[in-house]
Amino acid sequence: MEILDVLEKYPEEWVESFLKKVTGERIEEILKKEDLSLEDYLSLLSPAAKNYLEEMAVRAHKKNLQHFGKTILLYTPLYISNYCVNECVYCGYNKHSDIPRKKLSLEEIDREAKIISDKGIQHILLLSGESPVDTSIEYLEEVVEVLKKYFQSIAIEIYPLKEEGYRRLVQKGVDGVTLYQEVYDRGIYQKLHPKGPKRNYDFRIKALERAIKGGVASVNLGALLGLSDFRKEAFYTGVHSKYLLDTYPSVATSVSFPRMQPYLGGYEDIDPVHDQDFVQILLAYKIFMPMTGITLSTREEPALRENLIPLGITKMSAGVSTAVGGHSSDKENTEQFEISDNRSIEEVKESILKKGYQPILQDWVPL
Amino acid sequence: MKNKDQLQLGDHFFNSRLLVGTGKYENHDIMKKSIEASGTEMVTMALRRVDLKNPKENVLNFIPENMTLLPNTSGARNAEEAIRIAKIARAAGCGNFIKIEVISDQKYLLPDNYETIKATKALASEGFHVLPYMSPDLMAAKEMEKAGAKAVMPLGSPIGSNRGIENKGLIKILINEIKVPIIVDAGIGKPSHAAEAMELGAKAVLVNTAIAASKDPIEMARAFDYAVKAGRLAYLSKFGEVKARGDASSPLTGFLRKEQ
Repeated sequence: MEILDVLEKYPEEWVESFLKKVTGERIEEILKKEDLSLEDYLSLLSPAAKNYLEEMAVRAHKKNLQHFGKTILLYTPLYISNYCVNECVYCGYNKHSDIPRKKLSLEEIDREAKIISDKGIQHILLLSGESPVDTSIEYLEEVVEVLKKYFQSIAIEIYPLKEEGYRRLVQKGVDGVTLYQEVYDRGIYQKLHPKGPKRNYDFRIKALERAIKGGVASVNLGALLGLSDFRKEAFYTGVHSKYLLDTYPSVATSVSFPRMQPYLGGYEDIDPVHDQDFVQILLAYKIFMPMTGITLSTREEPALRENLIPLGITKMSAGVSTAVGGHSSDKENTEQFEISDNRSIEEVKESILKKGYQPILQDWVPL
Repeated sequence: MKNKDQLQLGDHFFNSRLLVGTGKYENHDIMKKSIEASGTEMVTMALRRVDLKNPKENVLNFIPENMTLLPNTSGARNAEEAIRIAKIARAAGCGNFIKIEVISDQKYLLPDNYETIKATKALASEGFHVLPYMSPDLMAAKEMEKAGAKAVMPLGSPIGSNRGIENKGLIKILINEIKVPIIVDAGIGKPSHAAEAMELGAKAVLVNTAIAASKDPIEMARAFDYAVKAGRLAYLSKFGEVKARGDASSPLTGFLRKEQ
């Protein structure tokens, strides 16, 4: 069964009416269970489960400790180009955005990579806008060649490729792919992506499977929370990640629950996800899929990031600039979104240690 | 030279029958103290975590000096990857021991015996002292032994599960039939589980999560040291027969004796 068929088994209306029917009693039963079903996960995302956050936290903490121990893997994102042909209405890199466009040369990438690597980072996440002309596979192959000199693990967060594209990048040294569906609700997806290749919902949702067939060892998925009802979006993220783990058990699957951040002069129609909701989602997911990782970005505030560590986070970004060339240049440059945690890598490491967790800088050997 | 009751792996001898891991600790300092408290002489670590570029982060720099290193191939999904990781470990100065861990199932983290046998063959023939981690299966264990493994390491229950020796019957069969040492690896959640494995006749146990993820890893490491020693002593002392019930005072066949 393909992912689209699996998602179709859980139509919006069914999810909505299910969420309303969940009782406190059911939550208590679920919290005693060892293995959770998708329906159990959905129950933990319900408004009724809000009253059980502490119980859920205890459970999520224990399960995470068992699977990942007291460790947090650190990585740094590297923005290499903000050229984009898409028109995502919520994004600062939107084709119509009047921002200075920049694509890093290989020399500039070398410089940025060296600065990040000198701080001890071994896991890098390469990001770019979607522009097959400006950021072609050939260019990306060259970029990966440069990064290989500095990092043990190279992941990409770029536009969806065909299987062959992924295979070529894997051969150069890419081992992981992050790709957010942005929003699983098809109607809202079409509205928010009016034009450009990204309008193709199906091509995007199947991308991670093409990446797996192309040879990547890990995939990270998620929905941009705030674009649609967050409970449903978090549920579909769980459906998707369970499908990937069931279908491709040798691949390490992880998720992110990025919350929509405003960008300059940008999209206002955000359905806010409050801290309490955000925590509920993280806990529900961790109890449901304790063997998979959860990545937390610098979109979140330092204090919240620290408090979330024992609740099931396994991977965090640090030392982040979302501006292209932002690591080596002081020049004001337009960021894709505003980050909330501006601390240095050293500061993030310190705070993780203080919380009783070990920051891990390397968890991969390139083979 | 072998003396008293030592664990023998190839031509290496160890006084402690407890092997410990390095993962999941809250920091390197507690890890180091826990290793010391455990009385172990052999420490396993994932090569993928060995950060050769940053001495401050390199786990090797926090393992007490007199330890025998047992790098493991965690992260390998097939024999070929395990073989490559093993070679990187040797080139990085981790010695000749290698624990083969091939896992192609991220859900239950169960080892792939078939790929593990292939990797065992290849690495043993290149002079590695191979310790394969496996699902307790007699035929697979025999293949690994034949391929040159210096010990066979069946799991008690899935990694990190703390569920104890769920495969007791199968592990007992390996203990009876395999000539190289059986080391129970994975699933040991408390000292009593470790003692149980040793009483069963395992030659050693490997423990990580139960120590590292406990509230006080240093004290827990000490507790495991005692448990392994107690279990070993009990095994050597031979148990009395376990009886389902007391002896009947008037045996049903007593009349036969009277007739004699």
